[in-house]
Amino acid sequence: MSDKTERIEKVSVIISKGSLEGIYPGLIMANGARAEGMEANLFFTFFGLDAVHRARHEHVKVAAVGNPGLHLATWLGGLPGMSSVMTHYMAHKMDELDIPPIPEMIEMIAESGAGLYACKASADLFGLGAADLIDQVRDVITVGEFYALAAGGEIIFT
Amino acid sequence: MAVMTYAGTDVDVDAEGFLTDASQWNEGVAAEIARAEGIGELTDRHWLVIGVMRREFEEKGAGPAVRALAKVSGVGIAELYQLFPKGPAKEAAKIAGIPKPRGCI
Repeated sequence: MSDKTERIEKVSVIISKGSLEGIYPGLIMANGARAEGMEANLFFTFFGLDAVHRARHEHVKVAAVGNPGLHLATWLGGLPGMSSVMTHYMAHKMDELDIPPIPEMIEMIAESGAGLYACKASADLFGLGAADLIDQVRDVITVGEFYALAAGGEIIFT
Repeated sequence: MAVMTYAGTDVDVDAEGFLTDASQWNEGVAAEIARAEGIGELTDRHWLVIGVMRREFEEKGAGPAVRALAKVSGVGIAELYQLFPKGPAKEAAKIAGIPKPRGCI
């Protein structure tokens, strides 16, 4: 019946960047993996921790400077408030496509059964503890523990 | 394309086992696809989701992806994954006899 050759059964997605464009792709990959019936884990490291930071995850912004994909002159991108304006514009476009904001997207992914984990080295670096992170984060783990969780699956670094 | 027989009904399916003609579907076909997919006996909650899938397909020409399915059906994301562990939109569409939804969210 169906072609079962080379099916991916499990993915672990690392999110290492703290900008809107740095966070969404990994979330979409993990969510899509669950929708396909794969096991999925998310590992938030370095600035990617902002995606699961209780106070910050609602305020993630598009990088308006050093982001050639925006097709915006560098001097213009540096104007005060430009990052907020571009973020607002993106949020509007995403809403039209029914892509939820980051907090809602993460809640949905956690509800789908994916495992959310924070990187211990990064949490230590930024002085963050489990209390600073949203409830959906299952644990703060080491790199070694991440590899153990990821065993037998694909690892995607974003 | 291949022909499968579910509950005595011949249906045309694509390479992944999705019906290519939704009009060939009936509830007996659904029940048997569900068993073949390892879901077992369909509960009222499964049927509710399957009904939403078919209605959305009839109205819009495509079944919803997971988030839209949760919104339209009123069944939460967590429960959808309990009902259809191999992927709610994908599995419900297969059982509902409609094409695989192509949404990413």
